[in-house]
Amino acid sequence: MESRFQRIFLSIITTGLLLTVVPSSWAEQAEQLELEPLLVREPERRPVEVDDLDSEDFEVGVFTGIMNVEDFGSDTVTGIRAAYHVSEDFFVEAVYGKTTLGETSFERLSGGLPLLTDEERDMSYYNVSVGWNLFPGESFIGGRWAFKGGLYLIAGAGSTEFGGDDRFTINAGVGYRLIATDWLAFHVDVRDHYFESDLLGTMEGKHNIEFSGGLTVFF
Amino acid sequence: MNKLHKHHFHIGWFALLLFSAVLSPVAHGWSLFEKYQPQVVVSDPYLELHTGPGRGYPVFYVAGQGDRVTLLKRRTDWFKVAVNHPRQKEGWVHREALSHTLDLDGSVVDMGALGVDDFSGRRWEMGFAGGDFNGASALSGYLGYAMTPNITLQLEGGQILGDYSDGVIVSANILMFPFPKWRLSPYFTIGSGIITTKPHSTVVVAEDREDEIANAGVGANLYLSDRFMLRMEYKRLTALTSRDDNEEIDQWKAGFSVFF
Repeated sequence: MESRFQRIFLSIITTGLLLTVVPSSWAEQAEQLELEPLLVREPERRPVEVDDLDSEDFEVGVFTGIMNVEDFGSDTVTGIRAAYHVSEDFFVEAVYGKTTLGETSFERLSGGLPLLTDEERDMSYYNVSVGWNLFPGESFIGGRWAFKGGLYLIAGAGSTEFGGDDRFTINAGVGYRLIATDWLAFHVDVRDHYFESDLLGTMEGKHNIEFSGGLTVFF
Repeated sequence: MNKLHKHHFHIGWFALLLFSAVLSPVAHGWSLFEKYQPQVVVSDPYLELHTGPGRGYPVFYVAGQGDRVTLLKRRTDWFKVAVNHPRQKEGWVHREALSHTLDLDGSVVDMGALGVDDFSGRRWEMGFAGGDFNGASALSGYLGYAMTPNITLQLEGGQILGDYSDGVIVSANILMFPFPKWRLSPYFTIGSGIITTKPHSTVVVAEDREDEIANAGVGANLYLSDRFMLRMEYKRLTALTSRDDNEEIDQWKAGFSVFF
């Protein structure tokens, strides 16, 4: 321990000439150690610490696509996602997305009586889900290209701001992750967001299908 | 370039690091940002390298006994390794395949498999839960820090989604674990916070409200595997309203957490 402190201290005070001085100071220490009895000789290398390795279990990214909101038509959806890979089979993912509500057919047919204000037409959602990597493996394009990737099933819960109110929402879907390099992946996702709402009179369940593509970065 | 070894993060080392940071930002930068890539020696008859970090990716190269392998990085239980001899190859190896690997001094490397001990000794954890809040749906997330294995501090934020109103609840809690070494580890919790409620736009009456809350409850963590655990909790909340009497609220929830 003492010689480790000594080594640190030496490396600190020889800052300016670190590159050239440190190796020679280590060499000196090796000589000193050789004079000591064999039993007290310290190992020259520290043990391998697996926890100090760079781990890349997090995945963050953006996506965009089309979201159909029941009764309110389809519009562009964009969002961000962050995932933590717990094991090679399971991951936890948090998503935030935004889209815009269109006009209901009632609004169009009744001749311009708006059901919602412009602000209420901004729809956003967040959710936290658990994903299961169902079919991991390589995919092939032609004879020359092999890509790592796999299909995953995902389901979870969250909240949707719909017509000015927050609704408890469950989501489930399926996606494909194509891993281009160690750090970059592309996603294609189909997700159903289900919530109940009484915005159109009676309380009823609403299925909202989202189709999106995106890219993520591992770190 | 000379490789500076990374050190354990004891407080003494931290003080030293701060000291060296003042004296020499350059050397400090190296020790933090240079990647730690130790070498190990294959002691099993062979070591299979996969093209990706998963059992579904094919084996494309096999390293032999006695070959030196550099550990580059990891993803979940898979390690990316480089073999230099006889050919230059990079591939992914499962932790179990490396479990008999030796370091350059000839002793077995601890490949860091996680178990109940890591669960008991966890420091940071975060989780997500859903449940029932006095008849409404509720979602919540939390961040916890274990001061000791028995005591955890926790910040919690939640959203309440009722048919007639929704709300946000933020609280700080202390959790006490009497048996932290158990795989199913029960706990007691007390805390306080703030709840904000907002009636739905389809409801005509009432205005937004903000109340202080105090809460007490019981729960349990169940360790699953790796860094995963399940959590169930019951809490009794008292909303300290500005009206004549306080409001009592029952909260049930279940969710999952990961620890670091």
